[in-house]
Amino acid sequence: MKPAAFEHARPTSLADAVALLRDGARVLAGGQSLGPMLNLRLVQPRMLVQVNRLPELCGVAADDAAVSIGACVTHAAIADGLVPDIGDGVLARVAEGIAYRAVRNRGTIGGSLCHADPAADWVTVLTALDAVVVLHGASGDRELGMADFVCGAFQTALMPGEILRAVRVPRLPSDARWGYEKACRKPGDFAHAMAAVLIRGEQRRAVIGALGGKSLLLEGEVASEAGALHALRSLEPVQRHMQVTVLRRAFAKAEA
Amino acid sequence: MGEGVGQSVHRLEDDRYLRGKGEFIADIRLAGMRDLAFVRSPVAHARILSVRKPEGAVFVAADLLGVQPIVAVSGLPGFKPSVQPVLASDKVRHVGEPIAVCVADSRAEAEDLAASVEVEFEELPAVVDMRAALTSPTKLHDHWDNNVFLETFFEVASERFAQPAPIVVHRKLRTARQCMSPLEGRGVVATWDRRLEQLLLYTSTQLPHIVRTGLAGCLGWDQARIRVVAPDVGGGFGYKGILLQEEVCAAWLARHLGHPVRWIEDRREQLTGNANCREHDYDLTVYAEADGTLIGIDADAVVDAGAYSAYPFSACLEAAQVASILPGPYTMQAYRCRTYSAATNKPPILPYRGVARAGVCFALEVALDAVARQAGLEPHEVRLRNLVAPERMPFENITNKYFDSGDYPQCMRRVIESIDLPAVRRRQAEATGAVRIGFGCAIFCEQAAHGTTVYAGWGIPMVPGFEQAVARMTPDGGLELRVGIQSHGQGLETTLAQVAHEVLGVPIASIRVVHGDTAFTPYSTGTWGSRCAVMAGGAVGTACREMAERIARIGAHLLQAPVDAVRVGGGVVSGPNGSVPIAEVARTWYLRPQDLPVDVSPGGLEVTAGYKPLRDSGTFSYAAHAAVVSVDTELGDIRILDYAICEDGGTLINPTIVDGQVIGGTAQGIGTALYEAMPYDASGQPLGSTLADYLLPGATEVPEPRIDHMATPSPLSMFGQKGIGEGGAIGPPAALANAVNDALAPLGVELTELPITPQRVLAALLAR
Repeated sequence: MKPAAFEHARPTSLADAVALLRDGARVLAGGQSLGPMLNLRLVQPRMLVQVNRLPELCGVAADDAAVSIGACVTHAAIADGLVPDIGDGVLARVAEGIAYRAVRNRGTIGGSLCHADPAADWVTVLTALDAVVVLHGASGDRELGMADFVCGAFQTALMPGEILRAVRVPRLPSDARWGYEKACRKPGDFAHAMAAVLIRGEQRRAVIGALGGKSLLLEGEVASEAGALHALRSLEPVQRHMQVTVLRRAFAKAEA
Repeated sequence: MGEGVGQSVHRLEDDRYLRGKGEFIADIRLAGMRDLAFVRSPVAHARILSVRKPEGAVFVAADLLGVQPIVAVSGLPGFKPSVQPVLASDKVRHVGEPIAVCVADSRAEAEDLAASVEVEFEELPAVVDMRAALTSPTKLHDHWDNNVFLETFFEVASERFAQPAPIVVHRKLRTARQCMSPLEGRGVVATWDRRLEQLLLYTSTQLPHIVRTGLAGCLGWDQARIRVVAPDVGGGFGYKGILLQEEVCAAWLARHLGHPVRWIEDRREQLTGNANCREHDYDLTVYAEADGTLIGIDADAVVDAGAYSAYPFSACLEAAQVASILPGPYTMQAYRCRTYSAATNKPPILPYRGVARAGVCFALEVALDAVARQAGLEPHEVRLRNLVAPERMPFENITNKYFDSGDYPQCMRRVIESIDLPAVRRRQAEATGAVRIGFGCAIFCEQAAHGTTVYAGWGIPMVPGFEQAVARMTPDGGLELRVGIQSHGQGLETTLAQVAHEVLGVPIASIRVVHGDTAFTPYSTGTWGSRCAVMAGGAVGTACREMAERIARIGAHLLQAPVDAVRVGGGVVSGPNGSVPIAEVARTWYLRPQDLPVDVSPGGLEVTAGYKPLRDSGTFSYAAHAAVVSVDTELGDIRILDYAICEDGGTLINPTIVDGQVIGGTAQGIGTALYEAMPYDASGQPLGSTLADYLLPGATEVPEPRIDHMATPSPLSMFGQKGIGEGGAIGPPAALANAVNDALAPLGVELTELPITPQRVLAALLAR
């Protein structure tokens, strides 16, 4: 359980990092998912480009509309309140429930999004919050909504040579209500069901994760238990029951 | 505070453990040492057509000249021995089976080499399910007529089962295949000592002497050519009670390559190639009178023994025990049990903490709760109706087990009081929503420190019902104890020192326990089966008593008193007119021989003594566990709300260490009950390869149990102590399954398969 040989580069600027991303090079951020995959030899990159100390990826900016979080900000930093609150402490509470403290200390928000594990908290939560990712490549930045960024299990819209620079999370309007729920066999374990809901007046938005593929986004009327039951009708009954239960509980939290 | 038997002194070994100063296998660094990585079978059942080796140090079976396969024979009639190659060459029989060994300067480079070895397989159908294995046309071992290592049958008055009974409970129950998961995995460092012409093999084992014997057999070397050292060992639980193929390879390579080699098992090897315990399947019928009095048990049990018979405990220890321990601490008139040790394309079964008992206890106690429900009794009431009464002790049960002592009904009552059942019932009555409350209990006997005849009855021939120890005073008055057992977390460096202190009064800080080294210690089968407190404790006690006599003779001379007027204790020899410290006696023996009596025994202050309990039949410790759980009927989540244990381990040598044993075992039992399972697909592939797939209970899943001790001394052991190393792991699957079933009974649901996962709970609820 040792990785196959690879080169290791630690560029000092984002431009240098992007320049290195070719011919089987891979970005290494916190390494909390990539590390085990390397050790299991599930991936055997020619080069790892370590980016988690790049200043361009570690910053946080906030304005009235959104909080922009650098890709290499750790879950622990978010959990500890070192990132401005989008409202109601939502991000800090989500971050605190990710895996274990040791993982949170090194794992990054951008790394989690790029890994795109279907059961990852940020994939579901940031889709529900309608966040936007900023992707940086040789030709500059482009932006994508979360729902377009994650294409499937461990699949994203990142193009070769691109690095996720930051994620911009809209602030929660004061009249918005939020609920997040996940089911894990142990605290810190991967979830087997998860749902995030955002309600604002008549606007309803629900995302169901841990489906083994792309998260399910339900908007408007179908963002409901009945809508989820229908959308998940092909799911195995036990799993569907769990997902719908978790969704109901997320709604209950939002409406509490 | 004293330091002798019964005192909760701090563990002597913890200073080095807690400061990170222990020496575990991976801490050993030898000059020139190179790393090994194994090419392991990626398939469960196949013929090997060819192996293509790359350039470099890669060894296959044909390269290991003179190496014989591992053959572990059970002494039971009808047993079919398997031939387990050290490196497979013609056929592989489970995923993870070693095929080649690669040597390189680092583990990563050795793995690179391993990845470049090409093995061509002709895949065969895999035998995966143990019940299907019994009649499968596919044979694991070509010359066998079926996939059964051994079938056993036992019956007493079974004609009773033909008559009608007021209560008949028939259940099919299953436990999962688990991976024992000590914090430290297996590991080997091997080096050839040219001066002594001897192999020095460091291995993370529970039984260094047995490893030496087994190694010598496989290698065809004299045993004197091999020294086995178990350094600090980070947990065993049975996982390290085995002769390893990796040990044989490392030994051969160290001798033939001229440099030390090491192999450190990683978690992936452990999980994918060593899911090797606990998998039982029961078809069980309990017959009872209307008031819950047991008439008898009729059972058919299969143990999935995996592909090979592992050395030394064989493929059948588990199943052979099932038949003899299924009746538990209950009285009954009739009993019938047929067992099969099924061969499947899975790793060879090993005895895991609470050998066979966790499954047996789960099967019987879940069925007994069903009896209680039919009889309209509380779970503990049906047990109290059937437990052996204290006035019948010593008691021989229906399978001729000799219960040495104890008050089982009292144990049951005490745990019920501890859990406050009436309060639980009130709380349960209020919880009628999505989250239900349930109560469950279980009672069982652990049995430990069995002797020769008992193990021979289970087919294991080489286990003696005795143990030796060496006690040696040093010239400064210190005491060295040398024992052939091996402490791998049990705190034996402390408890054996406490035994010596009890006899001699030497401060435990001046007592060194030497263990885990075949060069320095008497031959022993090692540490397993909860045998050390009784056997090694007895041996140390016996050696120290003899030492006390020798000290007394010298001390009497120094005190100018007759020998029968002095006594040894508290670190001194006391006579009618004064006392002399034991340290002074030691100084005299070693450094001032002119002051010794002229007729002094030249044996001096070094004693090798053996100990045998009064009977072979073992000490019967026992415990009752009681659990309160909540079950979320919408998500299937189970929470343990309260957990109480009443345990009778006889005289406790160190109560804190005993508590640690009980708590650690309980954590593992919770794993068996709710979390741990290695599923296999139809082709024999293990479906978990990391600890994200194979769930172990952690700090958030293990409550602190309330432990109540009864401490009924065993009449058979030196201080009344009983083996209690395993009991904690036996009770939780039964108690927790019963608690979940109690919570779900109003909904008409009962779970009979472990682990009880949220998915299984929900599937059962949705299937209504």
